[in-house]
Amino acid sequence: MIITRQREWQRVLDDLASVGARSVFVVGCGECATAAHTGGEPEVAEARERLSAAGFAVTGSTVPEVTCHAGGVKLEARKHAATIDAADAIVVLACGAGTQTVADAVAKPVFPGLESAFLGTVVRHGVFEERCQMCGECVLDATGGICPVTTCPKGLLNGPCGGMWDGMCDVVRDRPCVHVQIRERLAQQGRDVARTLPPKDHSKKLKPAKLSVRASGPSGSAR
Amino acid sequence: MSRLRDALERGEFVITGEIAPPRGADVSAMRKTMGLVGPLCHALNITDNQGASLHMSSLGACLVALEMGFEPIFQQTCRDRNRLALQSDLMAAWALGIENLLVVTGDDARSGDHPQAKGVFDIDSTHLLQIASGMNEGQDMQGRPLAGKTGFYLGAAMFPEAEPWDAQLARTVGKIEAGARFFQTQAVFDLDKLARAVDAVHAHGAKVIAGVLFLRSPRVIDFVNAHLAGLMVPEHVARRIRQAADPLEAAIDLAVEQVAAIREVADGVHVMPLGLDARVPEVLERAGVVPQR
Ligand code: SF4
Ligand code: SF4
Repeated sequence: MIITRQREWQRVLDDLASVGARSVFVVGCGECATAAHTGGEPEVAEARERLSAAGFAVTGSTVPEVTCHAGGVKLEARKHAATIDAADAIVVLACGAGTQTVADAVAKPVFPGLESAFLGTVVRHGVFEERCQMCGECVLDATGGICPVTTCPKGLLNGPCGGMWDGMCDVVRDRPCVHVQIRERLAQQGRDVARTLPPKDHSKKLKPAKLSVRASGPSGSAR
Repeated sequence: MSRLRDALERGEFVITGEIAPPRGADVSAMRKTMGLVGPLCHALNITDNQGASLHMSSLGACLVALEMGFEPIFQQTCRDRNRLALQSDLMAAWALGIENLLVVTGDDARSGDHPQAKGVFDIDSTHLLQIASGMNEGQDMQGRPLAGKTGFYLGAAMFPEAEPWDAQLARTVGKIEAGARFFQTQAVFDLDKLARAVDAVHAHGAKVIAGVLFLRSPRVIDFVNAHLAGLMVPEHVARRIRQAADPLEAAIDLAVEQVAAIREVADGVHVMPLGLDARVPEVLERAGVVPQR
């Protein structure tokens, strides 16, 4: 899921001030931001209180099922048309994709209330770790299911680098070197560990990616 | 032909020194260091934004070495440049008369003086060796012909004391397969581990130049332990310097012993005097290493 964290609150207030907003509508997200405890019902309620305390009139709020779904968000916006209309600006407690989806759906200034941090795994309740950069050319088949692109701080495909010491990482020194971990896991599985991976094809990750899997249209391509 | 290659291939014990380009445009201090250390060495490593901290480019400083009649080892880190920039710098380096190339991954930007920098790491050091080998054959990394080939003597870094050793060894063999003919090491304190590494590298036909640091004070030891990647001064060595009446002289004695020991095991010594440039001749001489050029 997309891991988000609370944006510096003063920055949100400054954004609202920049458009002279007096009234605000708040949008959360029922998926990732709910799981990350940054944009679920409790956090939206908390944001409403903070906004009120800062002198804003809160016209309403909603937590769509998934805020990065254009159709769903449009429906949601229609449902809340009156309270959105009454607001000078919208604050979105979702990832950047969710915030943009809301911005597409309403004719109001929309401001992010969160920072999109990374694509991660919930290691345990409330603890998240970055695990994938969505590089477009997955190497997990060769690396025992451990992503070096993301979990090696230098993103090296072939390691360990010269800083590895006693199996520990050069950069994040309290953590094992992922290349040592990869070798261990592959060895445990009796798999070939001596493979040098070729340079990454970064063209697979050219921005912005677009993909269509609709049967009717031309076949999609994720570039 | 590269003097370094020539000497290593003839089986001569080689001496290399380490030169950090200046942090600024004034090369006078670097010239002075080169003037001191250069005549003793077969070649001088010119570091590339070492420690992820800003310095003049290695390419520029290599030219200063050439101008002074010394043979540079051009260092390139994968941290700062993508594959296009690396290849174009390599072409320029060869055209300008640089014959030795040492490729390293590079320290992470957050450990340097521009921690906000974006680390590039487009390719890793094994890839860069593959690319440089291809350029030596006259083609770019896409396999397309170049107008004129390079002829670099290719080197890489290795860490004889790294554990787990099998991971380090696999990586080292990968670098040899990618074209590395010589390796330079961080300072080595465990001679058995150095011997283990030299044997493994020799089995693949490559050479090892082992590093020596002049650990002139307890403060320097603390710095090395905290900041130099892949290096930890062992406690018995640290204690010897810390408890010495004259730590500087103890460090020189230690360096002499280390050079003499390396002389027995490796193909060369890489001297990192950490500011004690003026003492290099004495250390080499006392260790029985006669610079031949
Ligand atoms: S290799 Fe690429 S796609 Fe696969 S987990 Fe890592 S970043 Fe994600
Ligand atoms: S020690 Fe391992 S995980 Fe850490 S930066 Fe080096 S190669 Fe990557």
